[in-house]
Amino acid sequence: MASDRIFGAVVILVALAFFAGATQIRTSFLADPVGSKTFPMLISAAAFICGVVMLMRPDPEPDWPALRTLGALAIATVVLVAYAYTLKPLGFVGPTAVAAAIVSYQIRPRALPALATGVGISVGLFVLFRFGLGLSLFALPRGMGL
Amino acid sequence: MMDLFHNLALGFGIALTPYTLLLAVIGCFIGTIVGALPGLGPSNGVAILIPLTFSLGLDATAALVLLTSVYYGAMYGGRISSILLNIPGDEPALMTTLDGYPMAKQGRAGDALVISGVASFVGAMLATLGLMIMAPLLAQVAYKFGPAEYFALYLLAFSTLGGISSSNQAKAAVASCIGLGIAMIGLDTRSGMPRFTFGNMHLNDGIDFLVAIVGLFAVSEVFFFIETHGKGSAVGVKLGKVTVPWRDLWDSKWTMLRSSVLGFFAGVLPGAGASLGSFMTYMMEKSIAGKDAGFGTGVPKGVAAPEAGNNAAAGGALVPMLTLGVPGSGTTAVLLAVLMTLNITPGPTLFTDRPDVVWGLIASLLIANFVLLAMNVPMVKVFVRILQVPPAILMPGVTMVSFVGIYALTGSYFDLLLVTAFGVLGYMLRKLDVPTVPVIMGILLGGAMEKDLRDAMVLSDGDWTYLFASPVSVGLWIAAVLGFLAPIALRRIIRKPQLVADDIDDGGVRD
Repeated sequence: MASDRIFGAVVILVALAFFAGATQIRTSFLADPVGSKTFPMLISAAAFICGVVMLMRPDPEPDWPALRTLGALAIATVVLVAYAYTLKPLGFVGPTAVAAAIVSYQIRPRALPALATGVGISVGLFVLFRFGLGLSLFALPRGMGL
Repeated sequence: MMDLFHNLALGFGIALTPYTLLLAVIGCFIGTIVGALPGLGPSNGVAILIPLTFSLGLDATAALVLLTSVYYGAMYGGRISSILLNIPGDEPALMTTLDGYPMAKQGRAGDALVISGVASFVGAMLATLGLMIMAPLLAQVAYKFGPAEYFALYLLAFSTLGGISSSNQAKAAVASCIGLGIAMIGLDTRSGMPRFTFGNMHLNDGIDFLVAIVGLFAVSEVFFFIETHGKGSAVGVKLGKVTVPWRDLWDSKWTMLRSSVLGFFAGVLPGAGASLGSFMTYMMEKSIAGKDAGFGTGVPKGVAAPEAGNNAAAGGALVPMLTLGVPGSGTTAVLLAVLMTLNITPGPTLFTDRPDVVWGLIASLLIANFVLLAMNVPMVKVFVRILQVPPAILMPGVTMVSFVGIYALTGSYFDLLLVTAFGVLGYMLRKLDVPTVPVIMGILLGGAMEKDLRDAMVLSDGDWTYLFASPVSVGLWIAAVLGFLAPIALRRIIRKPQLVADDIDDGGVRD
């Protein structure tokens, strides 16, 4: 109940913000009868109506995981974000091993197998991608060979 | 008719080269594995492999053959996890679990796998034949479609997809709106002005649909595994010796044929696609067989019907996808993404401008079917072994392959951030029971839908009644409204079956 109401409210707010954003789109001299604002405005109107419906008629509450699991999901997200930032400067092998090990640990919390999984996936995928499929990946930080 | 054979000859000329054949075999093999892995269905399986395929630099036909064989392979492979583990890889596969899993628990897992493999073959084969006959006809009709008709057609696809695939109309519609809204990000093609980019240079080109597909389908799945700690994907029923149950196959021949025909036509409806195909065929066979036939307790016909229907619908869904550019299901949406990345615009002109692509694709589908039948009946044990990869190894692998695929394709850390963001979004949406397929459809079709609306208004000089000026567009608008509203009424009458409940102490399922 509450989840759907909150989601409905978020949808309404985003729809309003999207509408406001649409009014700010700059137009050029190459105008057509519809213009570049109308379609986004139609979308936001449709989303607004859906938001109201969800606010008024929510579905039964979904099973949200316990706080600890939510924490694990947050950690996974942070790890993936960090992976995105480090992949280029640090090379493929290191960040991939760390990220894969952490994700593995979160599915099955046993340290040694998780570590082995991380290293195995990292090295295995590197060999497959670099030498099998010929993608241009760098194993180590720039300037350290490979 | 002569045209058909001429075209087929052209197609086989392309598909029967050793290189293409090899790609088809590899694609079928990978596809079956991907489909068989618990938690990976056809759409997310193909989604992960698209970026990798493109970074390999294959040409258009080769990439298309490889990915469609993966798609067909995943449709076959999906039934393995449905039957042995009671885990459907995607929505249409749910119907196969209803009788497949009970059969497996009775010790007839091998029979169920062979029956479903043959049913898949019959369904896919007949659907490919149907595709060969119907697609050129529909392409002729589609030539007459103007922008107003296309706009109405897109609307129809969104409304039927939302209407059928979700239990809540508002949620399905909101999912379409999210997708369409994301499609608006980037430079407006007509005025050249940025929209919703917040001054961020990375957003000027818009959001790549591959990034969205991988995030929403694959990364969100990883989050679900973290939430459940991989429980529920435990090793299920044992598979004994596999023999061919000729009697059961012979007994369900009419079931397979009927289901293939019905499934094909369900798949042709834009937006409705494969879910409807497997659902309708199961329900039809259940009512033909009557109460005493024991549907739901593990009967061969209950496995044959949805598998034939599902695979026929998958073939049928290619008809609107190729001729109109409107996908009929999550997987065809992913295939549309493949075509768009290859700079191939589906539509009626595809049949005249690029007959090599269309008929090469059809010929490779025919070949893939035979390869898959050969792979899936005698070699089924090999794939069953792959099911036993523990999720703690599988899911990190899936995550890394997804990320590397996107990185190899775009080389941008920003896209990796977006993949993560879409993964979180997909997790939240699926938790809230909001379907994610309409989001993908919105991102894929948003640009074309807006363009058609604007073209229509240019043609009519801003007169909005032009949208309803032709009988075809009026018909499409009526169908769209009905397709959206009818499920609300029907839902009271027909209830969608849920996954069969599993007793822990029964059938050797481990926690």
